[in-house]
Amino acid sequence: MDHHTRSTGSRNIQMARSMCWHCQSAMSGEYFCERCVKVQPVSKETDYFTCLGLPRRLIIDQNKLEAKFYEMSRAFHPDFYQNKSETEQTISLGNAATLNTAYRTLRDPIQRAEYLLDLEAGSVKDIRTSPPADLFEEILGLQETLEAYRASDRASQEGKDLHTQLLAEHEALEQRRRDMEQQLQRLFTEWDTLQDRGEASGQTRAERDRLLKQMREILSNRTYVKSIVNDLIETIG
Amino acid sequence: MSRIVGIDLGTTNSLVAYMKDGKPCVIPGHHERTMVPSVVAMTDNGLIVGDAAKEHLTRNPAKTVYSIKRFMGKGLEDVQSELTYFPYALTEQGGVIRIKLGEKTYSPPQISAMILKELKRRAEAHLGEQISKAVITVPAYFNDSQRQATKDAGLIAGLEVLRIINEPTAASLAYGLQEKTQGTIAVYDFGGGTFDISILKLKHGIFEVLATNGDTHLGGDDLDHRIADLFLNEIHTAHGIDLSAYPNHMQTIRLEAERAKIRLSDELTTQITVDLPDGKTRFTREFTREQLETLAMDIIDRTLAPCRSALKDAELTPTDIDEVVLVGGSTRMPLVRQRVRELFGKQPHCDLNPDEVVALGAAVQADILGGGTTDMLLLDVTPLSLGIETMGGVMSSLIRRNTTIPASAKEMFTTYVDGQTGVDIHILQGERELAKDNRSLARFRLKVPPLPAGVPRIEVTFLIDANGILNVTATDMRAGQRQSIEVKPSYGLSDGEVERMIEDSFKFAQEDVTARKLIEVRLDAGALLATTGKSLSEGAHLIPHDVQESIRTAVTALQTATDGPDPKVIRGRMADLELAAKPLSVAMLDDSLKRGLAGKKVSELT
Repeated sequence: MDHHTRSTGSRNIQMARSMCWHCQSAMSGEYFCERCVKVQPVSKETDYFTCLGLPRRLIIDQNKLEAKFYEMSRAFHPDFYQNKSETEQTISLGNAATLNTAYRTLRDPIQRAEYLLDLEAGSVKDIRTSPPADLFEEILGLQETLEAYRASDRASQEGKDLHTQLLAEHEALEQRRRDMEQQLQRLFTEWDTLQDRGEASGQTRAERDRLLKQMREILSNRTYVKSIVNDLIETIG
Repeated sequence: MSRIVGIDLGTTNSLVAYMKDGKPCVIPGHHERTMVPSVVAMTDNGLIVGDAAKEHLTRNPAKTVYSIKRFMGKGLEDVQSELTYFPYALTEQGGVIRIKLGEKTYSPPQISAMILKELKRRAEAHLGEQISKAVITVPAYFNDSQRQATKDAGLIAGLEVLRIINEPTAASLAYGLQEKTQGTIAVYDFGGGTFDISILKLKHGIFEVLATNGDTHLGGDDLDHRIADLFLNEIHTAHGIDLSAYPNHMQTIRLEAERAKIRLSDELTTQITVDLPDGKTRFTREFTREQLETLAMDIIDRTLAPCRSALKDAELTPTDIDEVVLVGGSTRMPLVRQRVRELFGKQPHCDLNPDEVVALGAAVQADILGGGTTDMLLLDVTPLSLGIETMGGVMSSLIRRNTTIPASAKEMFTTYVDGQTGVDIHILQGERELAKDNRSLARFRLKVPPLPAGVPRIEVTFLIDANGILNVTATDMRAGQRQSIEVKPSYGLSDGEVERMIEDSFKFAQEDVTARKLIEVRLDAGALLATTGKSLSEGAHLIPHDVQESIRTAVTALQTATDGPDPKVIRGRMADLELAAKPLSVAMLDDSLKRGLAGKKVSELT
């Protein structure tokens, strides 16, 4: 995944549009020109929260999100542009693709948080290559067990013991992951509360930075644990 | 907007449907039969399609093509393992399989186009208008090459393919329309050549596909071959005859196996009878449902793993599924229904004809595109992950499987060497780690202005449209210029080839029409010869000898003409015969009148 420079989100090129592509009147409507009713391309400046008409919060009402997604799909889906001009068809295709990405990103709490971090702190997510400090010894031990298991005769008593041991390790790591997700959930609430207060004092800025930093750390730890778990599952089958 | 029809282009049978007063209905052909066998035969008088072609399977197997769908978007190496039963000659050209029929070779899209043309003709005859637009269904698990090949087939047949939609989701549209269902449904689609499972959420007219999985090489065909293999072995053991040397008999056995399988869905036991090529021996055996199920068990069980994967991807368990819908002819087998019931823990639905439901759904989608149906919307997914080959031959995934379509991904490319003018990009589809284990879709060379390494910035956008077909565009981020890309498909026809095939199809359209006319006129001639023969035997004594002679001469002339290739000549001879036979029919009419009048009083006649 990291062999290429991945462009982050949809925030690049194209200036925000202010005029209807068709009748050149000033745009006031959201996605449809108020004068000629033509569909307008979702600006590449628009973030996924704005695209789906949501505030930049981490706790989202899934039902509302889905309802909004369905409503916008009805507005943008290429099925409804079959009889329209080629330009409108192209816009509908692009808008539908953006909408689908937005929905997919925001629907999943982890992807949503990663996306928000990206928006707020403007950087690509950390990819951890060594274990987090509090997991260091546990992971080291696990790697050794994995090596021993790979080298062992699976049918032997030793192989079976190692297998049992790995299953236990697996459960422990899954528990870790669940804990991290709970921690994240708490941070989400804190974040949203802070945003709702809407103050811009030095204190809230420090608070904001602390929350972002903590979330980033947990997210990258979680990704690391997840990849270890996947590795583990692949080995023990 | 002109009418759009919905087409189910199946492995075994194909159908065409349209929306009539808000209800989808399948268009019947001769004898009210709705299914057109997906069979194309090359005869001395040109190509024929459907029921007539099916008869040629055992008569002229080398020139009769069936199950062409299995070869769509494939290279020869993909299908090596299953060639035993296919009696027609396959070659490869430019990564695309070609079928040799007589002097000419045809690509699978061209053969499929012949089936599509037959359906088009059927729809035009039924509706009394030109049909030029269609929605065509494909297995949900079809990859990009297979979808593109299907679209090409439409173009060659003179149809604008407005949408390629997935068969199980099409079926869900037909069901949804009928039942106004809400909730989570699983569509289990087991057809002649392919298996698909799709899990959908139905809510307020939105049909959102959550996950799809399948096997594009698993179907009733495989079972037919399994049964046929059993019979072939038994014939070899009992009679010492190896039928693989007799293509006609191989087809007879295969068709007999298929028919027996179908009968065993309703009966517990059935009788098999096949005449062997020595002309005196006959192979007979009793075949029971239990024996069939023993043979079918592992084939049917192969459908279960994709079902589990789809559930996993949708993050659901079997208990979350509210309804299971059965689609495809193979779901008529009791063992299939039992297995599905066991997996999902509920009785599957099969209210709509499993052979027709996909075509009906295609008609619904056609109506949505035409603007007739506005309250329903299908949100489908791409079945396979899309990616590119990166350093070390690894696939880097750009759009994950089960992503709602349309879907797009952008990737930035640059150079590693000063002055480098191109970057090669290899597009892949599949779920495996290594590039070589996935399906190669296409390769292209990105043009880059000669600059120091790392300076050029070319953004490539991969867009999967609502048909599940990939479109690639590139933009030079420094100049802000769009670059046109020539993508060379790994297993597909180039645009130029498709264009040539479209031209050919127009050129050969004349030949095809002639072939069709010939078949019809021969049937008419046959009927005329039969009635004249009957009249002659009954009424020859009523007319003078010279008239009898001239009728017999006309009969011989028509018989000779019927064996010839020209419909006009046959019609001409038919007219001659009708003229020559006129005195006979007049004499017979007089005679019957006379006999009818005999014994009646004059007063009764006035």
